[in-house]
Amino acid sequence: MVVNYYMHEYAVTQSMLNIALEEAKRAGASKILEIRLVIGDLSTILDDSVQMYFDIMSEGTPAQGAKLVFNRVKAQFRCRECGEVFIKPPKGFDCPRCGGLGMPTEKGKEFYIESLEVD
Amino acid sequence: MEVKIMKNIMHANEKLAGENRDYFQKKGIKAVNIMASPGSGKTSTILKLIEAFGDRASVAVVEGDIASSIDAEKIDSLGKPVIQINTGGGCHLDANMIKVAVDSLNLSDGAILFIENVGNLVCPSSFDLGEGIKMVIASVPEGHDKPYKYTSMFELADIIVLNKTDLMPYIDFDRESFYKGVRALNEKSEIIEVSCKTGEGVDKLAQWLLQLSV
Repeated sequence: MVVNYYMHEYAVTQSMLNIALEEAKRAGASKILEIRLVIGDLSTILDDSVQMYFDIMSEGTPAQGAKLVFNRVKAQFRCRECGEVFIKPPKGFDCPRCGGLGMPTEKGKEFYIESLEVD
Repeated sequence: MEVKIMKNIMHANEKLAGENRDYFQKKGIKAVNIMASPGSGKTSTILKLIEAFGDRASVAVVEGDIASSIDAEKIDSLGKPVIQINTGGGCHLDANMIKVAVDSLNLSDGAILFIENVGNLVCPSSFDLGEGIKMVIASVPEGHDKPYKYTSMFELADIIVLNKTDLMPYIDFDRESFYKGVRALNEKSEIIEVSCKTGEGVDKLAQWLLQLSV
């Protein structure tokens, strides 16, 4: 069984484009001008790579030429000791206030289409 | 005109993963998604577990790889049903591939299905396959810093296997730092140390899987 596709972002971009086309059609739009994405820093996605695949895949669809807007969300951790919420430091998970061990929160895992601008 | 959507981009994959999950639950199948770096011992762990189970479990395997059928042949030599998926460069398995593979495996009720994902600590963490158990394998020579670098992978694991413990005397592996990193991300996951080389810890891991209820 051979499945031909490449980077992670290929599958993700295809899925994103499908949702956008479907929703635009439902709204009765003939052209998608902008797609606004919310992407957490922990979701393993490269903006440039998505953009590259998008430009290729959207050719000949109502989304051709649409602008992709990436709203990035920083990963937040919460300290187990003092409850402080902090942006994940580049190294480790320690709380910058008390040095306690941080735990992940839902912030930074976002991965959705927020809205479209259509015509 | 603005159209509000708020829809998860992984929606299509998650829908299929849900169907796989229903199927596995209905048949009481323990589906184990094995995720790890290349060379950490995914296939070796599967082979050792098959041996350790003996006739206590019916096992089938889905082998995911960029190319080649080297791993599938090893499973096949033990006489276990195996499907090889070659992703042709793709960095992960997705729910649809599992659906297609499972359709042709004809799994018996209560079977254990090992799904060996593509060797990679990044992408597979984003694609739910509908599995009941996420197993992450880390190996001693990779170093103790892996949880700090690949947070999503360690956060979602149900079980973390630390393999190649026989190499501990030769490698600067800081066990305390590894455990601290894992526990920061994941308080619940089981951690079992094994050596596929010497067999140490394999029975414990086999027992953990056999006793697990799905």
